[in-house]
Amino acid sequence: MSITYIDAIRAAQQKALADDPRVFIYGQDVGVFGGAFKATKNLAREFPGRVIDAPLSEDAIVGIAIGAAIEGARPIVEMQFADFSTCGFNQIVNHAATLYYRTGVPCPIVVRLPSGGTPGGGPFHSQSMEAIYAHYPGLVVLTPATVEDAYSMLLAAVELDDPVIFCEHKFLYYHLKADGLPTEAMPIGKARIARPGRDATIVTYGAMVHEALAAATELVDDGYEIEVVDLRSVKPLDTDTVLASVARTGRLLCVSEAWPWGGVCSEVIARVVAEGFGLLDAPPQRLNAKDTPVPYHPALWGTHRPTASTVADAARHLLEI
Amino acid sequence: MSEVVEEGRKLSGKKEWLKAFQIMLRARVLEEKLAALYRGGKIKGGVFLGRGQEALSVSVGIHLRKGDIFAPLIRDQAGRMAFGDTILDTLRTYLGSSLGSMRGRDGNIHRGRPREGYYAMISHLGAMIPVVAGGLLARRFRGETDVVGATCIGDGGTSTGAFHEGLNAAAVEKLPLVVVVANNQYAYSTPNSRQFACADLVDRAVGYGVTGHKVDGTDLAACMSVVGGAIEAARKGGGPQLVVADLLRLVGHGEHDDASYVDPALREKPVGRDCLKVAEALLIDHGLATAEEIEAWRREAEEEVDSTAARVLREPDPDPAEEDWRAVSTPEIEDSYCV
Repeated sequence: MSITYIDAIRAAQQKALADDPRVFIYGQDVGVFGGAFKATKNLAREFPGRVIDAPLSEDAIVGIAIGAAIEGARPIVEMQFADFSTCGFNQIVNHAATLYYRTGVPCPIVVRLPSGGTPGGGPFHSQSMEAIYAHYPGLVVLTPATVEDAYSMLLAAVELDDPVIFCEHKFLYYHLKADGLPTEAMPIGKARIARPGRDATIVTYGAMVHEALAAATELVDDGYEIEVVDLRSVKPLDTDTVLASVARTGRLLCVSEAWPWGGVCSEVIARVVAEGFGLLDAPPQRLNAKDTPVPYHPALWGTHRPTASTVADAARHLLEI
Repeated sequence: MSEVVEEGRKLSGKKEWLKAFQIMLRARVLEEKLAALYRGGKIKGGVFLGRGQEALSVSVGIHLRKGDIFAPLIRDQAGRMAFGDTILDTLRTYLGSSLGSMRGRDGNIHRGRPREGYYAMISHLGAMIPVVAGGLLARRFRGETDVVGATCIGDGGTSTGAFHEGLNAAAVEKLPLVVVVANNQYAYSTPNSRQFACADLVDRAVGYGVTGHKVDGTDLAACMSVVGGAIEAARKGGGPQLVVADLLRLVGHGEHDDASYVDPALREKPVGRDCLKVAEALLIDHGLATAEEIEAWRREAEEEVDSTAARVLREPDPDPAEEDWRAVSTPEIEDSYCV
């Protein structure tokens, strides 16, 4: 049986609804229509009254989820695109994120953000918001890169008592396939060595894990063994696994599809420099998307974001320093 | 309706006036103390008072029951106390005591006990409307029908996107939500003429498909009747209710603000009446209390407030060394770098 990344997200939501009567799904077009990406296909029929169409009101959608969570429910919110979560930003960062610290009452909501670029997505249907949300105390920010993680991390997110920003990558929705759904999972907050190596470490997450793995394969021909670390979760960030990898390789390249300024790459590099300066044989490097809005035309988009080829070039540069 | 029943209802209404007035008076006395503590430099953050809005506010809190949801705003000391908040916790929160419900982590009007249906507002106006709606949605999932959620806002807050989104979404779900607008003529310094262009804020109700109610916010009897009616209508399944009360904020936006921008003519108009004085006359006219009794209640309230303030001022400040500095409830997923 072949399962795609979006199938895994749908299956996780189905299991969460079946296992826990407190769970409900709220978002635009998620009901009978099944969601813009079909992540909730058939769920409204299977769970009557628990998969609810919302008005086009991101602020109210998140606000309603917060209120329901206060009363003991476990809402899963679907943002139609991560980009639109800016319209619900206030409730996420000022209310959901502060509730536990202020009142001692946890806020167990999951906000699903269909994230990242696809060809033709353009400036407002392509964004990667993880660094912005990770900036705020009180939020957990997850970035699954595999079908297995999409499933198990979404289930873990629903079980968690804290607000989770679930950055699922649209580029992986249909491309990525697995043989089946996992029965075991790594805990939230643990990074994964996606490919072991000895010459350099590439730390990345989300769709960029696959670009980094392809780059690592390409670099085998150059005689290099590249280690790829999939962060899985950007907050909490598994600094220990990153440092252990850098201790093995002495070189660090951090890759992200998000914009460069104040992002996950800069945070990873800051931590490695601060805590593992002596492990480094070369200055740590980073590769981000270009510092412009995400362009529409596939030719421009393909150059805006890091790809296997540009990751390989950045790694070669790092290895030659 | 038999005369006996009618008389009984009148009597019960009047008894409620008495109870409401006593809460208004206690809120007024407490707020006078808060202002004094602020002027004396004891309260470090802002102090935001509800002077002139007690009749409206108390009418909300008093008609809610245990098990209902209430998300008050900044000028709702009276409504908060009617819903069960105390002089002690108010003082503790303003003074940042670690023994208060917010433990010094948040202060002044940003207090609540969400588990008891008493939600703690965030500063962003309109934000509590969808949150109360969500609380009501969860109650509906659990099969609770005899429940109401109420939240308060000002004229300025009606201009926010959150107000629009929240009220609209609540209307779509036909939730038992009551939104009470204290149209106190100014949002900080901005007069209504720069805030909205509709003839009356209550006209917006029809646009949302909710029931609108208009009331003189300076008149306790009217507020009790109209707000009580709106809450009852929501409880009986009538969907969201929008109450708009006209009144005047009789203090600055906060105690730092002398409100010099307020048009003095407004103070002379009916909208500028002090609702506490109007309510006092109401009680005396109906033979429910004498001026001497009211004076005695005020002295009692002052004594309680003064002694409670003295007690809270002796309580220890929060200790940064005891603070866990953790914003997530699950210790295992705390970001290691942040410890």
